[in-house]
Amino acid sequence: MKTKNVFAIGLLSLALLSCGGGKKQQNTEGVQLQGTIEIDGSSTVYPITEAVAEEFKKIQPNVRVSIGVSGTGGGFKKFGRNELDINNASRPIKTKEIAICDSNKVEYIDLTIAYDGLAVIANPQNTWLETITVDELKKIWEPAAQGKIMKWNQIRSEWPDNEIHLFGPGVASGTFDYFTEAIVGESGSSRGDFTASEDDHVLVQGVASDVYGLGFFGLAYYEENMNKLKLIAVDNGKGGVKPTLETVASNEYAPLSRPIFIYVNKQATKREEVKAFVEFYMKNAAALSKDVGYIPLPDSLYTKELEKFTNFVK
Amino acid sequence: MTQHDKQKIKDKLFCTIGYVATFSGLLILAYFLIDIFIDGFHRIDYDFLMGFTSRKAENAGILPAWVGSVWILGLTVVFAIPIGIAAGIYFEEYAPKNKVTYMLEVNIANLAGVPSIIYGLLGLEVFGRLMGFGGSLLTGSLTLTLLILPIIIVATRESLKAVPQSLRDASHALGATQWQTIWHQVLPSSMGGILTGTILALSRAVGETAPLIVIGALAYVDFVPTSPMDNFSVLPMQIFNWTSRPQHSFIINAAAAIIILLAITFIMNSIAIYLRNRWQKKIQW
Repeated sequence: MKTKNVFAIGLLSLALLSCGGGKKQQNTEGVQLQGTIEIDGSSTVYPITEAVAEEFKKIQPNVRVSIGVSGTGGGFKKFGRNELDINNASRPIKTKEIAICDSNKVEYIDLTIAYDGLAVIANPQNTWLETITVDELKKIWEPAAQGKIMKWNQIRSEWPDNEIHLFGPGVASGTFDYFTEAIVGESGSSRGDFTASEDDHVLVQGVASDVYGLGFFGLAYYEENMNKLKLIAVDNGKGGVKPTLETVASNEYAPLSRPIFIYVNKQATKREEVKAFVEFYMKNAAALSKDVGYIPLPDSLYTKELEKFTNFVK
Repeated sequence: MTQHDKQKIKDKLFCTIGYVATFSGLLILAYFLIDIFIDGFHRIDYDFLMGFTSRKAENAGILPAWVGSVWILGLTVVFAIPIGIAAGIYFEEYAPKNKVTYMLEVNIANLAGVPSIIYGLLGLEVFGRLMGFGGSLLTGSLTLTLLILPIIIVATRESLKAVPQSLRDASHALGATQWQTIWHQVLPSSMGGILTGTILALSRAVGETAPLIVIGALAYVDFVPTSPMDNFSVLPMQIFNWTSRPQHSFIINAAAAIIILLAITFIMNSIAIYLRNRWQKKIQW
C-alpha cells in the first residue's frame, strides 16, 4: 500500500517536473544539454563551485558535473595537461604553470568569482587588542620572531606582560601561503612555533579558550563562531579596518583579502554544456558565494567578467 | 620475601598491565563511538542515504559516496582476492627455496609497510595516465588492490603454513598431484584464515582516503557511478570534505557519514568472524 503511494507520488512529481522543466527551458538555456563537466582545484573555491553545480543541476539535470579538491596547484597540473574543463584557483596561475599550458596548447581564461577574507582573531576577553597594524602582524609572524617575540608587551609596550599564544592554519594550506605572502612578504615564510592545524575548527577552539591567544583563518570560520571570538581590525597605514562585505569587496581591508578565480579551458567552452555552466556561474555567483560564506564582487564586476567570457568564447 | 613471592608479584603486575592496556583501547573506542553517535545518529534517514551532496548541510546526502565505496570494494575484491591468494599459494606450495624466492618474500613484506599515499602516486601514473583509466573507479580499485595485496599474500601464507605437513604427505601418498592436494586438502582447511585476513584487508581499503585523493577521487559528483570507468567519490572523501567546512551542521553530516562507514566495516568484520568460525568447524584433524 505504502509503496504504491510512493510510486504514485513519484510518477505525479515526475509529470509535474517535466511540465515545469519544459517551460523553464524556453526561458533560460533554451535546450536540455547533455555531457560531463570536469572540475578540480582549490578546496577554498570548492564550496562556491559546489553551490553553483547544485543549482545548475536543477535547470540542466542531464549534465554531469564532478568537482575534485586536489588544491590549486594540483588542479593546474591537470588543467595544463588538458584533463580538466575548469580549475578552481585561490591564486592566479604561476609562470611555470602557464608554460605547461602553452606547451600542451591549452588556452584558457581566468574569471574572478568572489573574494575571500582572512580574519585576525582574538579571545572575547581580550580587552587590550582592537586594532593591529600590518607591521605588528609581521613582527609577530616573521621567521625571526621564533623564540623571541613571546609576550604581548614585546609587540606594543602597553599590552600585558603575558605570553602570546599563536594559532594558524597548517603549512600545507593555501590560507597559510596567502597570509605569509601578504604579511611577511614571502609565501610560506613564517615562524614555526605556533599551534598549527589543517582543521580550522581546532584553531577556533584554541583562540576561543585562550585569553592570550591570537590567530588567523578564513572569514567564514569567524562568521560561524562570532559569539566565541573577537574580530580584530587590521591597520595598513590608513586606520583600522574590520573585514566586512563592504570593506573586503572595496579592497579597503588590505592586504588580507584576496580574489578567487575559476580558470576555464578554451577548448572545453566549445561544448555547449561547459559554456552554459560558466555563464550560469557568473550570473549566480553573487548570491551563491554569499550563501556559503564568501564575499561577492560588486554586480558591475560580474557583468564585466561575463562579457569577458562571452568575447573569449567568440 | 622469597623468590617465589617475587615471581608472584611480577605475575600479578603483568596481569594488571594487560588488563589496563585492554581497557584503555576499549575506552577510547567507546568514547569515540558515543561521541559520534550523539552527534550524527539523528541525522541518518532515508534522504541522507539517498540524496546528493548540497551546500545546505540539512539537504545533503551521501548516495554517490556510499555507492562509490561499494563499487570500489566490489572491484577491489575481484582484483585482489584471486591475485593475492594465488601468489600466497605459489610461495607456500610451489616456490623453490632459493635466493630469488627469498628476495621476493622480503620485498612483499616491505611492501606491506609502504605508506598508502605512495601507492596513490603509483596508481595515478600507471593506471590513471599510462593505461589511460583517468580518475575512474577502475584506477581507484586497482590502486587499492596494490595496497592490500601484500596483506592478503601474507595472510594466505600464514594460513597455509598452519596446515600440517602430514596432510599434504598423505594426499601425495595416495597419488594426488600437487594441485589436487592444494585444491582438495590444503585450501579447504586454510580457507577460514585466508578469508579472515582478506576481509580485514578489505576493511582497510574501504577506509582509505589518501591514495584516492591522489588519483583524483572527487568531492562532488552529481551522479551515481554506473560503470567502472566513471569518476567517483567515496565515503572517506565526503567525510574529509565535510569536516573542513566552517558550518557546524556539516560536522554533524560528517559524523553521520562516519557511522555509515563504521557500519560497513563492522558488517565486513562480522562476515569475517562468521566465515572463520564456519570453516574452523569443518576442519577435523
